[in-house]
Amino acid sequence: MLSVLNRGTAAPGALKPWLLLLPLVLFLCAFFLVPLGQVALMSVTEPEFGLGNYAHLTSDGLYLQVFLNTFLTALGVALCCLLLGYPLAYLMAQSSPRVAALLMLLVTMSFWTSFLVRTYAWMVLLGNNGPVTAFLAFLGWDPPPHLLFTRLSSTLAMVHILIPYMVMSLYSVMKRIDPALLRAAESLGARPWSVFRQVYLPLSAPGMVNGATLVFMICLGFYVTPVLLGSPQEQMVAGLIGTQIEEFLDFGQASAMAMVLLASTLIVLTVYHRRFGLDRLWG
Amino acid sequence: MRDPYLQVSGLTKSYGSVQALGGVSLDVEKGEFVTFLGPSGSGKTTTLMIIAGFENATSGSVRVGGRALSNTPPHARNIGIVFQNYALFPHKTALQNIMFPLDMRGVPVREAERKARAMLDLVGLSGYGDRWPKDMSGGQQQRIALARALVFEPSLLLLDEPLGALDKNLREQMQIEIKRIQKSLGVTTIFVTHDQSEAMTMSDRIAVFEKGRIDQIGTPQEVYRTPSTPFVARFIGDSNLLPGTVLDPDQGLVRTEHLGLMRLPNRLAAAAGAPVTLMLRPESIHLAGPAAGVAEDAPNRADVSVHTVVPYGDSTLLIGRAGGADLRIRLRGPEADGIGSGAALSVLWPASAIHAIPAHANPMVQP
Repeated sequence: MLSVLNRGTAAPGALKPWLLLLPLVLFLCAFFLVPLGQVALMSVTEPEFGLGNYAHLTSDGLYLQVFLNTFLTALGVALCCLLLGYPLAYLMAQSSPRVAALLMLLVTMSFWTSFLVRTYAWMVLLGNNGPVTAFLAFLGWDPPPHLLFTRLSSTLAMVHILIPYMVMSLYSVMKRIDPALLRAAESLGARPWSVFRQVYLPLSAPGMVNGATLVFMICLGFYVTPVLLGSPQEQMVAGLIGTQIEEFLDFGQASAMAMVLLASTLIVLTVYHRRFGLDRLWG
Repeated sequence: MRDPYLQVSGLTKSYGSVQALGGVSLDVEKGEFVTFLGPSGSGKTTTLMIIAGFENATSGSVRVGGRALSNTPPHARNIGIVFQNYALFPHKTALQNIMFPLDMRGVPVREAERKARAMLDLVGLSGYGDRWPKDMSGGQQQRIALARALVFEPSLLLLDEPLGALDKNLREQMQIEIKRIQKSLGVTTIFVTHDQSEAMTMSDRIAVFEKGRIDQIGTPQEVYRTPSTPFVARFIGDSNLLPGTVLDPDQGLVRTEHLGLMRLPNRLAAAAGAPVTLMLRPESIHLAGPAAGVAEDAPNRADVSVHTVVPYGDSTLLIGRAGGADLRIRLRGPEADGIGSGAALSVLWPASAIHAIPAHANPMVQP
C-alpha cells in the first residue's frame, strides 16, 4: 500500500516542465508553424520559383496603396482608441474599486458578444435605412450621407472592437501611478493642469504606447470588419489577400502579401521590444 | 500682542461618525522646529494634511503669518512637504525634481538651475544632479526630496515621517542633517513621527498626540520630566507609573498602592484624599548602599526582588517585584555588575525624581 502511494506521489515530480508544454507545442506546430511554412514556401514557388511575387508587390502601385491604406487605417484606429480610451481609463483609475470594477465590466462586456455580431450591428446602425442616417436626415442633411462601406464605418467598428485593449493597457499603468506624486506636485505649486501635464501624462505614457502598439498590430491584420463595412475602393491588406485567393486563385501573390504583413507586424514588435521590452506589452 | 507665525486653532475632523481630530490647537513661532509625536491613528498626520490643504477640517482654522488658509488650494499655500516615501518624480532627474517648484512659479530656467544646484550643494549631493531617482539610495532620495521642498523658500516645511524607511544608522545621520539644514535656512518646520527618540533629539518643542488631541506641548525636557498625562509619560521614555492617594498636599506626601509612602519635592495642588499618579523614571532609581541604614517605612525607597535583567551595554535594565507590582530600574555602567535574576535589592530615589500626574489629568494644565 505504502509503496503504491509513494509511486503515485513520485510520478508527477518526475515530469519535466517542458512535458507540460508539449501538447500546446505540438498543436501549434501542426496547425500554425507548418501551414505558415507552407505559405512562405508558396510565396516563392507559385506559380514559379523565385522572388517574382515580391517584385510584383513593389512594382505595382495598387499593392503599395493597399499597404499604405492599411497602415494609415491602423494608425487612425489606434489614435481614436487612445483619445476615447484615455478619459475612460483615467476615470476608472480615479474611481473607487467598486465603480472601477463596474466600468471594467462594461468595457469588457463587448468581448462577450461575437465580433461578427458586433460588425453586423454596425451595418444595421449605419445602413441607408438605419437610425443614424434617419437622424441625420431629420436634422436636415439632404440627401443623407452614405455611412456604410466607407473608411468611416470600418474605422468606427474597429475602434469599438479594439478599445477594450486600449482601456486595459492604460488602466493597468494608471493604477500604478502613486497618488503621493500628484500630491507632491500640487504641494510644489503645480495647478491641476500642470499636475496632469507634467506628472500624470508622462507617467501614463507607457500605457499609451502599450495600448497603441497592441491596437495597431491587431488592426494591421483585421479581415472581417473592413471587408464587411469598409469601402471596396480602400481595401486593407487582409481583405486583398482574401480577394486574391477567392477570386483569382493567385496563391503565390496572396502568400507573398501575407509574408509582408507578417514581417511588418514583427518589425513593429521588434521596435517595441528594443525600446520597452516585450514582457510589458500585456500590462 | 504679536500673533504667532503658525496658528492652528480648534481643528476637528470627522469621517462619518468617527472623530479623527477632537480640537487641536497650537501656536508655532517663526523658525521653530515642532514635532508631532504620537502613535498611528492619533491625528498627527491628519493635522499635517489639513495644514498642507489635502484634507479639509470639519471645523477650526489654520493661519500662517496672520493669513487664514482655509480657502487656499494646496498649490497656492507655498508649503514645502517631504512625503513618507519621498515622492520624487521618477521621470525627472534629481536636478529636474528640484527645479520643478521653481518652474511652476515661472522662474527663468537659468536662475532655477542655479538655485537648484545651490540646494544640491546644501544637501551634500553636488555631483548627483543628473541621476535618476531609481538610481539613488534611500538617504540620497531623502535629501533630494528635502532640497525640492526647500528650494522655493516655503513659508512652512512639513515632514511626514520622512525617516521611517531608512535603517537605523542612516536615520541618525539624517536627523542631524535635517536639523542642520533647517537651522541654516531658519525655516519653520513641523515634523511628524511616532519615534520618540527622533522627537527628543530634533525638536525645539514636541506636541504629543493621543486620540485626536494634543496631550502636551513642551520642550523635549518638559515632556520628558514633567509629562502632563500618564499617556505622555508612557509614550516618551521608560517610566514607572505609580497610582496613589494624596496624604498631605502641603508636605507633598502621597501614599502609593505598591511602594508605600512617597515624599515629593514640592507641595501638591490637589486636596488630601485625591487620587494621583506618580511617575518615576527608571534611571533615577539608585541602589541603597549596604550601610545606608534607611528605615523600612521611610519614604522614597523600596525592596525589590529582581526577575529580569536586560543588558544594554551602557546601562542595564532591571525589572523586579516591589510591593506586588513591577518596578523598572536602570543602572549605569558597572553598577549592575553581579546582579542576576533572583537578587534582592534595596533601592531609593531622590524626591526631585518624582513627578505627580493628577489622576483625572486635564491636558495642558500642569499640576
